[in-house]
Amino acid sequence: MHIHEYQAKEVLANYGIQTQPGTLVYSPDQAVAAYNSQGSAVCAVKAQIHSGARGKAGGIRLCRSNDEVRRAADEMLGEKLVTHQTGSSGKLVQKLYVEAGVDIDREIYLAFVLDRAKQRHVAVASAEGGMEIEQLAQEKPESILRISIDPASGMRHFQAQELAFGLGLGADLVKQAVSTFRGLYKAMIQLDASMVEINPLVVTRDRRLIALDAKMEFDDNALFRHREVAELRDMSQEDPRETAASDHDLSYVGLDGDIGCMINGAGLAMATMDMIKLSGGEPANFLDIGGGASPERVAKAFELVLQDGSVKAMLVNIFAGINRCDWIAEGLIKALGVVDLGVPLVVRLSGTNVEEGTQMLVDSGLPIIMADTLADAAQKVVAAAQGQGD
Amino acid sequence: MSILINKDTKILIQGFTGRIGTFHAKEMLEYGSNVVGGVTPGKGGQAHLNLPVFNTIKEAVDATGATASIVFVPAAAAADSIMEAADGGIKYCVAITDGIPAQDMIRVKRFMLRYPKERKMILTGPNCAGSITPGEAMLGIMPGHIYEPGRVGVVGRSGTLGYEAASQMKAEGIGISTSIGIGGDPINGSSHRDIMELFEQDPDTDAVMIIGEIGGPQEAEAAEFARDHMSKPVAAYVAGLTAPKGRRMGHAGAIISGKGESASEKVEIFKEAGVAIVPNPSEFGSTMKDVVSRL
Repeated sequence: MHIHEYQAKEVLANYGIQTQPGTLVYSPDQAVAAYNSQGSAVCAVKAQIHSGARGKAGGIRLCRSNDEVRRAADEMLGEKLVTHQTGSSGKLVQKLYVEAGVDIDREIYLAFVLDRAKQRHVAVASAEGGMEIEQLAQEKPESILRISIDPASGMRHFQAQELAFGLGLGADLVKQAVSTFRGLYKAMIQLDASMVEINPLVVTRDRRLIALDAKMEFDDNALFRHREVAELRDMSQEDPRETAASDHDLSYVGLDGDIGCMINGAGLAMATMDMIKLSGGEPANFLDIGGGASPERVAKAFELVLQDGSVKAMLVNIFAGINRCDWIAEGLIKALGVVDLGVPLVVRLSGTNVEEGTQMLVDSGLPIIMADTLADAAQKVVAAAQGQGD
Repeated sequence: MSILINKDTKILIQGFTGRIGTFHAKEMLEYGSNVVGGVTPGKGGQAHLNLPVFNTIKEAVDATGATASIVFVPAAAAADSIMEAADGGIKYCVAITDGIPAQDMIRVKRFMLRYPKERKMILTGPNCAGSITPGEAMLGIMPGHIYEPGRVGVVGRSGTLGYEAASQMKAEGIGISTSIGIGGDPINGSSHRDIMELFEQDPDTDAVMIIGEIGGPQEAEAAEFARDHMSKPVAAYVAGLTAPKGRRMGHAGAIISGKGESASEKVEIFKEAGVAIVPNPSEFGSTMKDVVSRL
C-alpha cells in the first residue's frame, strides 16, 4: 500500500525525522493562507499523488508570492498529473502540500528496502541526492553505499555512523544523521513498511538534516496488525477496478491490450498472457481468480474484466487441481446466465475431470470457443479479437 | 528416487484440525503419504482422521519420530509455527500459507540460522503448492494424479503453472523424481538454487526443470549455479513477459523493481548460462523431451 508524502512525513515525525513546516490544502485560497502563515519567502506547492518523479512532471512548484501560489494551486488542483511512474492516464490531484522553503547546502539519497538476495533489509544511500536511484545505479554506481541489517540486532549505532561518514557528513551532523537513519529503520520495522525513501534528505545552510520528500510503502500482508496505517489508504489514487477486485479477493491488474483474461493461479495467469503476446495479441488485464471458482466469483470476475471497454475477446484458462473441471464448467454456465458477455469467449480447461467439464460446456449450447492447449487457446482468442475489431 | 521426501517420510500436519488442514491431510493420506499425526495447540490428546493430535511439535516429534511437517496455520501465526518446527527437530518443512508478512519471514530465516548444520531445517514456501515425489509421497495441495514418477526434477514458484508443466511432461511420457514449489513470496525458505543443489546430488534425478517468474534475483542465481556447478542438463521458463514494471502480478514477489528482474532479462541470463529455454508455456513437455533425449 502506498501513502502520500504528507502522510509519510506525519508518520515519520513520530520517529524523530525532521521536516519543514507544511500544510495540507484543498483549494487555492487555503494554499495562499498556508503560505502566509508559514512566514517563509519561498514555499513549495506539491501535488499529493501516489507517484514519485513529481518534480519533473511539474507537480512541485517553487513560489515566491501570493499570486504564484494561487496560480500553482489553481493549475494543479483537479487536474491529472502524468509522471513516468503513473502511466499515461496520470493521477488526479485533489490535495496539495504547501511547504516552507529551505536553504539547501547539499542533497542526499536515502532509502531502506528489502534486499531479496540477502533476504533482509538494507539501507541504501548516496551523496548524490535528488536523482532517482535507478539513474544513480546507472550513472554513479560507485556513489551508492549499502548497509545490510541483521534483523536480530537491528541497525546498530556504528552502522548508522559508518553510513553518515561514508556520505561525507561532517562531525557536527553525525549525531543528527545517526538518529535520522535509526529512526527511519525503526519506523520501517514497527510499521511493517516495505520501503522508506527520503529523496532528497537535505543538509541546510544552517546545518540541519531535513527530509524534504518522503515516500513510504507498506506490506499489504501486514496491514492486519496496523490499523493506523491501513486508515491512511487513499482509494481515489487506485485503479477503481483493482479496488473492486481486491474487495472480492480477486487479484487484478489493468493493462493496455484488448484480450480479457481470467485464470486460476498467478504463475499460470502470467504464462497465459505471455502466450497471448507470443500469438500476436495484447492482454487487457491480469486476473487470478484463485482456487475456488464458484458461479458468483466467476460472474464477478467477468464483470470486472468487461468494465474495461476495450476488451474485444475473452480467454478463460483454468487448471483444475483440487477443483474439478465439471464444477468449473457449472460455474461458467451459471455466470454466463447472469452476465451478458457481448464478446467472443474462448475457454480452455485442463486437469481433473476435463472431459466431463468440456462436454458440459459443449452441451450448454452457449457460444463458447473451446481450446485444448494453451497455444490453441491463445491463437483462438487472438483471432477472435481481431475478427471483432474489423 | 527423490529429494526431501519419499514414501517413508513421517509427516506432521501443523494446523491439523482446521478446515483446510483436514481437507489436505485427507488428500495426502489418500495419495499414500505417511502422515503420522498433527499439531493443534489445545487439542492435544484427541484423535483426528484416526491420527493423534498434539499440543506442540516437540511432543509430536517425540511420540511419532516425524521428520517433516506441512504448515496450514493462518498467516498471522504461520511464522511462529515454522520456527516451532525448526526448534522441534523437524528436518523438512513446507509452508503452504499465503499472506505471511515479509518481515515475519525475515525473522524466520534469521531464527533458522541458530541451529548447527546437522539439525538445521530445510524450509520450502511459503505461498506454494508444496512438494511431491510422484508415486511415493505428497506434501502439498497439488492434484497428485497429474504427476508421473520418473527422473526429472522440477522446481518452481507457481502452483498451477507447475501443474501445467507436469501434465505436459506426463503427456510426453516424461516422469518426475520430485517437484518442489518454492512459492511466490519475496522472502522464501529455499531458492531455486538451493533446490537445484539437491537435485544435482540426487542419483535418481537426470535433468531439472526450473519454472521462474519476474521479480527478485533467484532465477539469476539459479542460472549461475547451473553454469558453474551442475553436471545435469537444465531447462527453464520465466513467466511474466507482458508484466509492466512496478506492478505486482498476484504473487507478493512477482514485481519488476530493478535491473535484471524482467522476464526477458532473466531468459537472457539463463541462455547465457547454457540453460535450455522453454520458449512458451505450451512447450514445457516438448522442451524437456528434447533435453532428456540427448542424455
